[in-house]
Amino acid sequence: MNNKNLREEVLRISGVNPKKCMRCGKCSATCPAYDEMEYHPHQFVYMVESGDISSLLDSESLYRCLSCFACIDRCPRNVEPAKLVEAIRLSKIRKQGANHMTANDVPALLDEDMPQQAIVSAFRKYSK
Amino acid sequence: MQRIGVFVCWCGSNIAGTVDVKAVAEALKNEPGVVFSTNYQYMCSQAGQDMIKAAIAGHKLGGIVVCSCSPRMHEATFRKTASQAGINPYMVEIANIREQCSWVHKDMATGTEKAIILGKAAVAKVNLNTPLTPGESPVTKRALVIGGGIAGIQTALDIADAGFPVDIVETKPTIGGKMAQLDKTFPTLDCAACILTPKMVEVAQHENIRIFSYSEVSEIKGFVGNFDVTIKRKARYVKEDICTGCGACVEKCPMKKIPNEFNLGMDNRSAVYIPFAQAVPKVATIDPNACNMLKNGRCGICAKVCTAGAIDYTQKDEYIEEKYGAIVAATGFNPISMDKFDEFAYSQSKDVITSLEFERLTNAAGPTAGKLLRPSDGKHPHTIVFVQCVGSRCSACTEKGKEYCSKICCMYTAKHAMLTRDKYPDTEVYVFYIDVRTPGKNFDEFYRRAVEEYGVNYIKGMVGKVTPEGSKLKVQASDLIANKQLHIDADLVVLAAAIEPDKSARPLATMLTASMDTNDFFTEAHPKLRPVESPTAGVFLSGTCQGPKDIPETVSQAGAAASKVIGLLAKDKLTGNPCIAKSDEWMCNGCSSCGKVCAYGAITYEEKEFRLPDRTTKIRRVASVNPAVCQGCGACTVTCPSGAMDLNGFTTTQIMAEVDAICK
Repeated sequence: MNNKNLREEVLRISGVNPKKCMRCGKCSATCPAYDEMEYHPHQFVYMVESGDISSLLDSESLYRCLSCFACIDRCPRNVEPAKLVEAIRLSKIRKQGANHMTANDVPALLDEDMPQQAIVSAFRKYSK
Repeated sequence: MQRIGVFVCWCGSNIAGTVDVKAVAEALKNEPGVVFSTNYQYMCSQAGQDMIKAAIAGHKLGGIVVCSCSPRMHEATFRKTASQAGINPYMVEIANIREQCSWVHKDMATGTEKAIILGKAAVAKVNLNTPLTPGESPVTKRALVIGGGIAGIQTALDIADAGFPVDIVETKPTIGGKMAQLDKTFPTLDCAACILTPKMVEVAQHENIRIFSYSEVSEIKGFVGNFDVTIKRKARYVKEDICTGCGACVEKCPMKKIPNEFNLGMDNRSAVYIPFAQAVPKVATIDPNACNMLKNGRCGICAKVCTAGAIDYTQKDEYIEEKYGAIVAATGFNPISMDKFDEFAYSQSKDVITSLEFERLTNAAGPTAGKLLRPSDGKHPHTIVFVQCVGSRCSACTEKGKEYCSKICCMYTAKHAMLTRDKYPDTEVYVFYIDVRTPGKNFDEFYRRAVEEYGVNYIKGMVGKVTPEGSKLKVQASDLIANKQLHIDADLVVLAAAIEPDKSARPLATMLTASMDTNDFFTEAHPKLRPVESPTAGVFLSGTCQGPKDIPETVSQAGAAASKVIGLLAKDKLTGNPCIAKSDEWMCNGCSSCGKVCAYGAITYEEKEFRLPDRTTKIRRVASVNPAVCQGCGACTVTCPSGAMDLNGFTTTQIMAEVDAICK
């Protein structure tokens, strides 16, 4: 997928309009996982807007976001950066043909302590 | 049938670019009544107007149709032209073929077709037009200024200096407004009180100005030149004309723990109080919610110590009625509430304050006598963080912030930061900004001086959260240029709160039938060309009630509003609008529907005797319209169930003729 399509996909999944951002940086100011992230919330917004999504896809930052939504709560322009992070994370892990397991693999992996919900969500994430 | 002339304007290429003007003029030649039709490049120019005048004389025209721009633009121009050529100005119709045609169509064929239809409609209307003569109404040569801040003060002084009497109505016990609470003013660092209080004294001593302090406007009736206003004078329980402002009552009052509004609750006042030393009028006021004597009849000390005998516990609210020719709204602003900004810990810590509170903390007449001390422990703060745009430029939540830029915060924050560094060089000062906006004379130089000469740390980024921890405030913020998250241990955090119009503005606008925007700022008649007038005739705007602005801008606008008021009051008579409602008494059944919808109170009902065809008489209730009060909005004409109400210049038959011409 080229950069433009990738950008469109992220915007469609997230429903975010990065053009609303006025670059105040309150998202990054409020982020509790800031120091863990290579790219910070305000950079996510800017990089999606400018189309530089491949760097984000390969970054560990995707998994450092706690989804605490503090950035969403405090953004004065209602940009919702955490939704962008989530959308890019989904584009990465739900990539077609990149399934990590099949239905046949599941029984062997089951253990008593694993909550049912985890099994269901494993399917949901990888089966597309 | 009239003898009608049609004049099609090209408006350069504005109309001619998408409308075939020659074809329009040609097509309209065949309309009933049209005896002359032409086109010209600029109909509004002197040459164009001369062409119209010549045609009126040469072809003995009784009415004209100008196919041009919106009537808002040039209707008045062409009416004047017509009247100079000797025909009634209300025999002129404008077909708007620019805004409603050439500008919205791209295709020449459809644009031309529509222009012809619009022209036909106008011709059909002129055929039914009758000459109208406007009425006249007198002008009460007195102005009312609502609000006694710097805007109201300046407007009142300018009107009064021109020789017209002015009344100022101020809801607080003293005039002075927000400017009286400020310490210094940017960018010159003049002491606010030193430049304001002489003006307040001038107002008090001016022979043409009356101050109604501690008063509110409770009702407004009438119209431009003839407003009837009821002013509620709240009981202050002190006779204003006798009180000398000596302050003996204030000193002896036992109720001393009332939060002092003037210092934004950062210290206390007594139940009987004078807001500040330079108050005008310098008269005490008793707070009825705090005074023991008024609440339960036990005390009366102030009456005992008052040598002038000015205390009067039996005083009641008083209503006075007054007539005015013009009204100026100068209701001002307030900082927005910080209650919803939990991330900045405003309600959790006394050391998180707003900029207006900071202003009081550095003011020599403030709660700390001008020493910058922390509200919590009275210690000198060594690290201060200023946060810009708190609630300004916020589109996320209308209950929390405001979408607009509050305009003044960048400059007053630079002032606060600079003055702090000047007085206390051992203090580290940080300013977090999104953009520094400094358009204005010497404004950017001032901001740069704060950075370069006074060493204020300006950081591009925003504060995310403030957490009180021990005696410190942990500030977590972003530095966007360094791409770092900062953690600062601050002693004091100052929030540049957005400003909003005073709460009294909305009900006042309703009383004035003046329009407002979604933020409750008064709307101007034209944002560029008529910025100090409300669209409602006779109502003028001064200061921040119209939009955020600083002191010099407020003073200029106040002067501009005053000059508009003077221009109005200098007239002896006002020419009215003849396009007003009239009732056909034979058709009216007195149902009162029209009176209920009339926003101006122009309709009254009377019992009238009618002679019937069989020579008997009958008394019937019918509506009658006060031509001086009617604004010609037409609400009554569409409400009237019997079709008795009609609007001069826009009669039902005229409008139906236009519709027919369009649908033909």
